Amino acid sequence: MFGLVKTREGAPPADEPRPGRFRWFKTREGAALTDPLFKNNPIGLQVLGICSALAVTTRMDKALVMAMSLTFVAGVSSFVVSLIRRITPSSIRIIVQLAIISSLVIVVDQVLKAYLYEISLSLSVYVGLIITNCIVLGRTEGFAMQNPPLLSLIDGVGNGLGYGLVLLIVGFIREFIGTGRMFGYQILPTVSEGGWYVPNSMFLLAPAAFFIIGFMIWFLRIWKPEQQEKD
Amino acid sequence: MQVNSVRYTLLFATAVCLVCSLLVASATVLLRDRQHANQLLYLQKNVLQATGLIKPGERITDREAAALFKRRIRIRLVDLRTGDYVEHPAIDPARYDQRRARFDPAQSREAPPNLSQIKRIPNIATVALVVKNGRPVQVVLPIEGIGLYGTLYGFVALDRDLTTIRGLSFYENRETPGLGGEVDNPKWKALWPGRKAFDDAGKVRISLVKGGGVGPAAKDPYHVDALSGATITSNGVTRMLRFWLGENGFGPFLEKLRSQGGL
Repeated sequence: MFGLVKTREGAPPADEPRPGRFRWFKTREGAALTDPLFKNNPIGLQVLGICSALAVTTRMDKALVMAMSLTFVAGVSSFVVSLIRRITPSSIRIIVQLAIISSLVIVVDQVLKAYLYEISLSLSVYVGLIITNCIVLGRTEGFAMQNPPLLSLIDGVGNGLGYGLVLLIVGFIREFIGTGRMFGYQILPTVSEGGWYVPNSMFLLAPAAFFIIGFMIWFLRIWKPEQQEKD
Repeated sequence: MQVNSVRYTLLFATAVCLVCSLLVASATVLLRDRQHANQLLYLQKNVLQATGLIKPGERITDREAAALFKRRIRIRLVDLRTGDYVEHPAIDPARYDQRRARFDPAQSREAPPNLSQIKRIPNIATVALVVKNGRPVQVVLPIEGIGLYGTLYGFVALDRDLTTIRGLSFYENRETPGLGGEVDNPKWKALWPGRKAFDDAGKVRISLVKGGGVGPAAKDPYHVDALSGATITSNGVTRMLRFWLGENGFGPFLEKLRSQGGL
């Protein structure tokens, strides 16, 4: 749960790009933004944030809103934590980070209720759980406490995007196979509605998300062998 | 002052708390009106869906829905114990909250043991009447009951004869998306209009049955096809209809209206 104690950083610090490797942006900011997508994905490599990844991926629209909420919270909280990192007493730094994160989460939840009411009905409980999402706390404690505000903001956003990418892929597979729909719109006509597609309901249950995420991690580590753990 | 001194730490903690609470409080206060409007509109849309004024699957703008509700729906209060309409100057039907009333011992009573796991029944319930040319043509009753993971809340609309179902909708459920969550499926909801909730003897007969009630309503009036892969949710829907249309729910109210010759 609390990956902050021992975040396995598979990659070297963001400010030393490895020579000879393709990078979208060669700067440290660029690395902070894009590394969490594949190279140091919070779910794929660090295996954080699994709880919500199981819960909100039955539908693409939920996964998307959750991903955007987490990206916002991770970015802004990293920024704020970094901004006050030099004046934060180290004895209470975790609870200060949590106070900032949870305030932002409540704001996000309120905004969802005001502007995306029907999605917030099914998502509200998980949005609240962003507070305990180890990705956010992991980034504020593991990165923002040692880095300048702007870079921390980018790092938070990057990790939110990395999380969101996995959520959307899992959500796509689960919604498409589980119901034949995408973003709630019927793509494959199901048998119960006179079509030919028999939905595989297993994909809507939590274990399916475990399998999908497991396979994703497997493929990711075949593609990038440096992510494999040493025994 | 030292960053790690006790005095500074306390000051810093206080400052963080103040700023955070200010942020949270202002977000809540600023967005409250919009949230209330959303909640209300969502409920109104659900009532309209139950009545068939919004067809299953039909998309309608918020403004249209609000206007339709205002034009066609009248909110009334019913005393569940006697079955009479409540005309009390102190209670505004539009503001009365039946779900909140359940928690007040003065406004509710303990429910007899039931399969819908309803703990308390409010003394006064909200019903919605659909009016056409000034005359009521449908009555919409709120229902609730346990499904698989939690309580489903919804509405069932009855025709003027108080027996024929015009439709139902659920505005809150925690069922599995794609399985029990299909209570929201427009195709499934389209099976309901025309089915009979009661038999000629006045007994609640409607139930969800696997493979039943897929044909025309006249052929199989008391059954609706159960949701595949969601037996417990389907049973929950049957049970909550039985409860709320029965003697502890709106039974006395419907009985009284029937004896007066319908709505």
